[in-house]
Amino acid sequence: MADEVVLLDYWASMFGMRARVALAEKGVKYEYREEDLRNKIKSQLLLQMNPVHKKIPVLIHNGKPVSESLIIVQYIDEVWRDKAPLLPSEPYQKAHSRFWADFIDKKLYDACSKIWSTKGEEREAAKKDFIEILKQLEGQLGDKPYFEGEKFGFLDIALITFYCWFHAFETCGNFSIEAECPKLIAWAKRCMQRESVSRSLADEKKVYELVLGVQKMLGVE
Amino acid sequence: MSTEDVVLLDCWVSPFCMRVKIALEEKGIQYEERAEDLFGGKSELLLTSNPIYTKVPVLLHKGKPVCESSIIVGYVDETWASPPLLPSSPYARAQAKFQADYIDKKLYDAGSSIWRTKGEAQEVAVKDFIEVLKQLEKFLGDKDFFGGDSFGFVDIITIGITSWFSAYEKFGNFKVEDHAPKLSAWINRCMQRKTVAKVIPDPEKVYEFVINLKKMMGFE
Repeated sequence: MADEVVLLDYWASMFGMRARVALAEKGVKYEYREEDLRNKIKSQLLLQMNPVHKKIPVLIHNGKPVSESLIIVQYIDEVWRDKAPLLPSEPYQKAHSRFWADFIDKKLYDACSKIWSTKGEEREAAKKDFIEILKQLEGQLGDKPYFEGEKFGFLDIALITFYCWFHAFETCGNFSIEAECPKLIAWAKRCMQRESVSRSLADEKKVYELVLGVQKMLGVE
Repeated sequence: MSTEDVVLLDCWVSPFCMRVKIALEEKGIQYEERAEDLFGGKSELLLTSNPIYTKVPVLLHKGKPVCESSIIVGYVDETWASPPLLPSSPYARAQAKFQADYIDKKLYDAGSSIWRTKGEAQEVAVKDFIEVLKQLEKFLGDKDFFGGDSFGFVDIITIGITSWFSAYEKFGNFKVEDHAPKLSAWINRCMQRKTVAKVIPDPEKVYEFVINLKKMMGFE
């Protein structure tokens, strides 16, 4: 029986993109279903498949839902284990990758949201926090091509999806991320050469338009 | 293997540290507990092993640190294979991780809000906490443990915080059993296990600790 794989997602979500990259790395065919989050409409299917959080992404594999992007990526890695392993196999390395992916989830999203959703002093503080977090991640990367060494993997996937939002952050915040974190940007460009990444990430100009739209709605400029 | 191989930077009252201790006990691993005095000042070892958060628990295995309790429990499960704490099927594993993530995001903060607030705000906090307990009961269903017939990952992630329930009940003036009887039964079931009974502190001592904590933090 062929696998039936559906991804409930939103085009601009860096969390949804993680699932897209993982599926592409594994060469898994799936049906992409867009949730109309811009108009705050959640489908019956989403509410049914993720009743606890009612959020995307949700991976539905043969009718069974998996939620939370990092959990989805790990699930994809375990089910389609014959191709492109994403997590390190050694327990300490695995724990290390999970720790930093968890760090990204705990810190990065809130810091970057504040860059475009606030103004004045609050925005400046958010920029500072954001750069500090990126510098910590850059420190973890060191001189390696990817976070886990020679191969593209879990931690790269956790972070790279934020890259298509960088243009929006830089424009709203009037700063250059490359000037602050050149090694990280070099890493991002390296990742973008992978088809799984370039085809999964949203267009940065469209993301910026989205941000402008939301800023108007919130009364922030 | 000597106990020097496995060191846990610990605090007796931390539900997050309890997770790690129970996991190690379940695996029959000998370890050295090093108590951190979280009010007296954090040790040099804690600051260097966990520079990002400077929090316990930290597991040092042959000197290499692992941080964040859920990640540590996963590491313990993968390093010492028997008995397995996570199920073997990818879907069941994803379910377990999802539930553990929900508990991490909701349970501790919901409980903390109860003793950090008064009056109307506290009533809201109690209501929110009960909602979280009801969700946990949905996860549990009619099973003996969260994963099914055997004590496992999600039970380990959850049981420690229940030692704080008596404190929440006293401050919030409610009883967990009245609102979540299945969860109460699950708590009693877990406490029958030697590994759990050995690690979980006396709820009375936790209550006294929270009273002192409230004073110190100015939440009178």
